[in-house]
Amino acid sequence: MFDDVRDLYSATIIERGRRPRHMQRLERFDATAKGDNPMCGDRVQVWVKRAEDGRIADTGFEARGCEISKASADLMVEAVAGHTGEDTKRLFASFRAMAQTGICPDCADFAALRPLASVHEYPSRVKCATLPWHALIAALDGAGSASSE
Amino acid sequence: MNHFSPTRAFDIARIRADFPILSETVRGKPLVFLDSAASAQKPRMVIDAMVHAMEHQYANIHRGLHWMSERTTEAYEAARDAVAGLLNAADRREIVFTHNSTEAINLLAHSFGRGVLKPGQAVVISEMEHHSNIVPWQMLRDAHGIELRVAPITDAGELDMVAYEALLADGKVGLVAITHMSNVLGSYTPAERIIALAHAHGAKVMLDGSQAVVHRRVDVQALDVDFYCFTGHKLYGPTGIGVLYGKRALLDAMPPFMGGGDMISSVTFERTTWAEVPHKFEAGTPPIIEGIGLKAAVDYVQAIGYDAIAAHEAALTEHALARLAAVEGINVIGHAQDRGGVVSFMLDRAHAHDIATLLDRNGIAVRAGHHCAEPLMRRLGLQSTARASFGIYSTVEEIDALADTLGKIREFFA
Repeated sequence: MFDDVRDLYSATIIERGRRPRHMQRLERFDATAKGDNPMCGDRVQVWVKRAEDGRIADTGFEARGCEISKASADLMVEAVAGHTGEDTKRLFASFRAMAQTGICPDCADFAALRPLASVHEYPSRVKCATLPWHALIAALDGAGSASSE
Repeated sequence: MNHFSPTRAFDIARIRADFPILSETVRGKPLVFLDSAASAQKPRMVIDAMVHAMEHQYANIHRGLHWMSERTTEAYEAARDAVAGLLNAADRREIVFTHNSTEAINLLAHSFGRGVLKPGQAVVISEMEHHSNIVPWQMLRDAHGIELRVAPITDAGELDMVAYEALLADGKVGLVAITHMSNVLGSYTPAERIIALAHAHGAKVMLDGSQAVVHRRVDVQALDVDFYCFTGHKLYGPTGIGVLYGKRALLDAMPPFMGGGDMISSVTFERTTWAEVPHKFEAGTPPIIEGIGLKAAVDYVQAIGYDAIAAHEAALTEHALARLAAVEGINVIGHAQDRGGVVSFMLDRAHAHDIATLLDRNGIAVRAGHHCAEPLMRRLGLQSTARASFGIYSTVEEIDALADTLGKIREFFA
């Protein structure tokens, strides 16, 4: 009955959405920010711990939202580990392009995020996938909060 | 225009045949449209009336001295008569056309709020209002020194009438602005008691009938309601036209909302005098085509009749509540005694958006989110719900499809 949504709700997305591995508040962190999707009420908060060289050492999140947003946040944590702020922004730009178009520009860099590529077929859900990234970028920029709108 | 004889039973197949869009497929599956509370589909009669106007009988109105303008004016003003009949208004001039319910409420907040209410007076709204019946009153509060009071709801999702009456007790309330039917919970509010209590304490009442007028007969004289608003597109009419009913004496006492053409009596650079109601509140070229479409929609609803509509929808709602209650892990939000065909729900294993996406993949359209009622969501301790809502064309089979698919969605997220 739902075979044609397995592209979006793949085993990875369902597993990460239902049992995220990184959904936790970091006890020690250098930056944090909230992300809100005012259209639907979804909310995520991201905490970032930096290494001495400024690269991302650890990221944690708490999320109130759908499977897509939680799975995206969980995969994001792994994708940005060890990245500089600039790298992270470049990665987000590529990820957002993939989420909007389904085409994976620099896919070698983030194969782990590919399960989210199918979200482009569901335009109303693209913001679910990008919300945690908006929060992460806001944290890195010291902005405190971000909106997916 | 009367397509249905009074004795004819409610013929769902015939009604569905009136709505061309219902024969569309979505993602290869027959469309199951359960989002009528957001906006209803349009019957052929509405579509044809609007196309006919544009093809055969159209010009600007109220000012032309030529045949086309005069005929179009007649067609547009016939919509006012139709709406006056729908609401049983005492006087056709009590029907003010706006662009939607939101504009009707903003008109009232501006013209009655600033023109009649005095700083220090209060406006009462409820916990289950749509944002469109919250934000205009907050803007009035901040600009004009009006106190905003919020009547709570019970856990069942009904207006708390004891608390409501207490809010009126000090006599400071000038206006009560409350929904006639919740767009989230489906609860009707007890209009007669709301109005009687408000009047006993010296307050006027505006009912937001955006949902209610679609499902049950509204008689503004029997209710003795002071203002009533609704929007055309939820009543099987076009977008872009709404209605504010107001008692004549109250409308006369209110200053205009927007300035411009059509709303004046005479203009000099020193002084302008206003047109009579309703034109005083209808600045600029109005939604002419939309008005003609709204008349066709009102005629359509009247021809079927509210008794038949209410009976059909009561049966659908009862069936839906029974079928949904049998879905494992479901939580239906709100259980008011007097409720209509709007049902919000959650599933234990799936977020509302995931539910909506998976239903959509099966051709079933529902709404998911906060339904423009964030304060109500907070009161309920929720961020979002999925919502199925019914119209005259909804069927028992569609509700069965919804319930069956919800059961499978729960399995999907096992």
